Amino acid sequence: MDKGLSHKELEPSNPLGSVVINNGVVTIDAADMYYRDLNFLLKSHSNPTKRIDIYNVNGQRYIGTGLKNNVEIHIYGTPGNDLAAFMDGSTIYVHGNAQDGVGNTMNSGKVVVYGRAGDIAGYAMRGGKIFIRDDAGYRVGIHMKEYGNQKPTLVIGGTARDFLGEYMAGGILVVLGLTLKDGEDHKAKFVGTGMHGGTIYVRGQVSHIGKEVKIMELEKNDMSLLRPIIEEFCSYFNFDANEILTGEFKKLVPFSKRPYGKLYAQ
Amino acid sequence: MKATTALNNPYGEDKVIEACGLFGMMDLTGRRFGSKYPIKAISNMHERGNGLGGGYAIYGLYPEHEDDYAFHIMYLNSEAKEKTDRLLAQNFHVLEAEEMPVNPKANVWKPPLIWRYFVQPKKRAAKNQPHDEYVLKNVMRINTETGGAFVFSSGKNMGVFKGVGFPEDIAEYFCLNEYEGYMWICHGRFPTNTPGWWGGAHPFNILDWTVAHNGELSSYGINRRYLEMYGYDCTMQTDTEVMAYALDLLVRKQKLPIEIVARIFAPPLWIEIDAMEPEEKNLHTALRQCYGSLLMNGPFTIIAAHAGEMIGLTDRLKLRPLTAGIKGDMLYLSSEESAIQLVASNLDKVWSPRGGEPVIGRLKTVKPLEILAI
Amino acid sequence: MKSYIEPEFIIERDNEKCIRCKVCVNQCTYDAHYYDPEDDVVRGRDENCVNCHRCVVFCPTGAITIKRNPTQYTENWNWTREAIMAVKKQAETGGIILTGMGCDKPYYTYWDRILLNASQVTNPSIDPLREPMELRTYLGAKPDKLELDMENGDVVLKTKLAPQLCAETPILFTALSYGAISFNVHLALARAATEFGTFMNTGEGGLDKRLYKYGDHIIVQVASGRFGVSPDYLDVGAALEIKIGQGAKPGIGGHLPGEKVTEDISRTRMIPTGTDALSPAPQHDIYSIEDLRQLIYALKEATDYTKPVSVKIAAVHNSAAIASGMVRAGADIIVLDGVRGATGAAPRVIRDNVGIPIELALASVDQRLRDEGIRNKASIIISGGIRSSADVVKAIALGADAVYIGTAALVAIGCTVCQKCHTGKCPWGIATSDPWISKRVNPDIATRRLVNLLQAWSLEIKEIMGGMGINAIESLRGNRLQLRGVGLTDTELKILGIKMAGE
Repeated sequence: MDKGLSHKELEPSNPLGSVVINNGVVTIDAADMYYRDLNFLLKSHSNPTKRIDIYNVNGQRYIGTGLKNNVEIHIYGTPGNDLAAFMDGSTIYVHGNAQDGVGNTMNSGKVVVYGRAGDIAGYAMRGGKIFIRDDAGYRVGIHMKEYGNQKPTLVIGGTARDFLGEYMAGGILVVLGLTLKDGEDHKAKFVGTGMHGGTIYVRGQVSHIGKEVKIMELEKNDMSLLRPIIEEFCSYFNFDANEILTGEFKKLVPFSKRPYGKLYAQ
Repeated sequence: MKATTALNNPYGEDKVIEACGLFGMMDLTGRRFGSKYPIKAISNMHERGNGLGGGYAIYGLYPEHEDDYAFHIMYLNSEAKEKTDRLLAQNFHVLEAEEMPVNPKANVWKPPLIWRYFVQPKKRAAKNQPHDEYVLKNVMRINTETGGAFVFSSGKNMGVFKGVGFPEDIAEYFCLNEYEGYMWICHGRFPTNTPGWWGGAHPFNILDWTVAHNGELSSYGINRRYLEMYGYDCTMQTDTEVMAYALDLLVRKQKLPIEIVARIFAPPLWIEIDAMEPEEKNLHTALRQCYGSLLMNGPFTIIAAHAGEMIGLTDRLKLRPLTAGIKGDMLYLSSEESAIQLVASNLDKVWSPRGGEPVIGRLKTVKPLEILAI
Repeated sequence: MKSYIEPEFIIERDNEKCIRCKVCVNQCTYDAHYYDPEDDVVRGRDENCVNCHRCVVFCPTGAITIKRNPTQYTENWNWTREAIMAVKKQAETGGIILTGMGCDKPYYTYWDRILLNASQVTNPSIDPLREPMELRTYLGAKPDKLELDMENGDVVLKTKLAPQLCAETPILFTALSYGAISFNVHLALARAATEFGTFMNTGEGGLDKRLYKYGDHIIVQVASGRFGVSPDYLDVGAALEIKIGQGAKPGIGGHLPGEKVTEDISRTRMIPTGTDALSPAPQHDIYSIEDLRQLIYALKEATDYTKPVSVKIAAVHNSAAIASGMVRAGADIIVLDGVRGATGAAPRVIRDNVGIPIELALASVDQRLRDEGIRNKASIIISGGIRSSADVVKAIALGADAVYIGTAALVAIGCTVCQKCHTGKCPWGIATSDPWISKRVNPDIATRRLVNLLQAWSLEIKEIMGGMGINAIESLRGNRLQLRGVGLTDTELKILGIKMAGE
């Protein structure tokens, strides 16, 4: 970590940590820093800064939440829960594993995780992109939504667990299964349960889907939709997009917009 | 019973509701280590607690008293201590008794008087009862009859330290930096009522079993009634107590393997059972038929420990977090991955176990991990 | 002598709407409508009307309204109309007043004073539409613990469990005897139980051979009259039930008036047509608890220990002690029938005054069995006035393994609870054995209606459980912390084992 030409004085409420600014890149040492202090620093340094690097991150929550300006953030360590929650704009790169709640109700922006993510990633995502290199946990992509141009994309390089895409109402969820062994199926159960909008693309076999979902083969326009997404995904992680695209993909869509229409006595 | 129940639960709520942070760390070769990393990890998860409880269980703590039962007892009044001392003198050989060494400068809330005893059951008083059963009965008696004493640790070569304060402050109070053990279980608490009662903190211990718990059992009402039928007095009115007694009943008394106990607490769904091979299906159906009242419904993560084993388990839908990590001979369990990464970077393996599948660390296994493959 | 009984109901016909189709005349089995060809008008005989609503439902123009007779005795809370009429009738006949269905008095329902919990904040509720919600219930004796073995590195079960019934929902169809109800209803119950994965109960009238093929979903009852109890009968059922008593008429036997003993009934019950089929008050081989044990094991021997044996009693004052005895006598399932239990025929004074509410009986039996450490040795099924899925949930939370529904099932098929089952003239074709009237129940439609009922209640139960944050019924069973009482005395709360709302 460079000690640069200028050394910015900390606000009185942030006794710990040090901030260094060098050629428009802000570097923060987050060791032992309380998350509120860290996020305060992020917000106060996000304009007109282009890039913020944070080292020694260990469990601080809500990184990226409420950032108003478009900043590029690099996190070294393990960010805490709700990374990029309610984020609107900005790009976050996690050089490590993320925890639960990545992109919770994210409005726009991008998150790239060079590792795995925990449960509830992309919950109620409304826009923007999340790329996770390895596996994700339970309840990923619940209630993703879309409208007009606002269309969220969530790509998981490995596999995910039960209740993937539960209650999905819009957006694109892609699971590539790159961490699976040969012939191994995705073990997630209740995939897409309650789905009434959006699309899930799975590379590999899914064993158990919700009763609101049907599995279909890809059509031509699916490929033209999927290719640029995969290519962007691969660009971050040095994967081979062409090889991935030769895998067997399936598409999961809802049967109807009103899956529970018949449930109630009229 | 009245005293501890009233303290633990002054408003007579169904039970104490809480949320928490958990951390467990074990050297699988049995090598003992100190408090630095466990305390660092649990303090890192500060957000998960609200300062109203913190605690530690350390195994391999008293090697010089390996075969003696180590009682940690808290006293709310001197009468209770008198009654307890008398009961102990009647029923046990008290090998050593001393006030627990503490650091009064630590930031903890109104600590009670705490004493430590090393005891052995008196043979004649025990009358051919298995010693564990005898000790259990006496612990229940002290907790219910003395009107203000509470045995919060009663195992061999292990001890629980807990109270009202943040975990790092509790550690300072009990001078944990002076102790070593091969397994540390740590807990930070976020209860929603404010008893100020030290006995209510986690981990909860009975004999050899210690449980730290995060979550809430919606099945608590029936879990508790089932255990009461088998002679367990649930005075603490917490989910954790019920888990610890269930482990004592199933593992110590009924001698079921821990993998099966995990299948009782967090059974597979009927649709999964129906699809199993006949022998397996039979077993899993019988487990649910017989032990249905011990199904732990509702979100939970527990880290449970007894001599030689540390177990992490979540509910079958994995509604609470749990991450496991291995580095060399060390096994880590944590509510949040960041706590593990903080104390051990470059892990050999880090993962989140599936809902209902236990992570078990067993002493003296070189390739440590045993996960149920049923 | 001249009867002083005044009509209870008045038939009002809108003569402008009436199209003289005479459906009401044809449908009414009580002769309450007749057509006067001279005046071309349909008239009523109010004194025959029983308020069954058959004519109201079937009148194509909705021309008929049935009203309570507006002529009232002077208001008197002690001498109610019912009390006055009963005395007059007895003065005229010197006989016991019979009635049908269950106790209709306002005072005994505790379900309505028990409320349910839901999870908020500290525990999540679960959405049953998307996440698994398990209602499967096994009924039978459970062991205290399981013995396991290791074989080739696999865990293997050593303990052999006692035989169990597997119900996909905790709702079963109660004992409705063939003769009290018609064959088509029995058939519909059997089919619906089979389709849904639950069970029906033959009641004390035996089982018509045409229903043997549904045997896997039928609990066969052995009552004091032992009607229809042949070796085949014992063989065909999934479980056997010894009937000691029922909630509607504790302590007395069953009544099937001679009018209802037709050819088919005669064949199944093996008694002459036209005779009154009376089941004796006690089972004449059970005069004490050890005799019960003897009968239970006789049945187990007769069926090679392959079927659970259930024992049904009415809920009475010392139900807890009796239940404890029954469990120790070897019953795999205990059935408790409360004061609201219904029947095809019973003396009204017994129906309304003998027995206790099932909520209280259940709570005390469940607690007593736990106190004695024997709760797992038998499953508990309760019945007596279960009206909705909320009642089912409350029953299970108090400690029941399952509930039996009777009136609800018949209401689903068409019954309007007019309480005249004992006449054998049920115009809905339900509580009759008249082959002509019985045709009015279409078994296909009745089956569909019953399956719909089970499905609707099961979905509602799942919703309620989801709201509590519970996804398996094992966690609701006996979980009294999910209940609170309102408007109950301290003693009632104590017996029910629940807290007051707000506590």
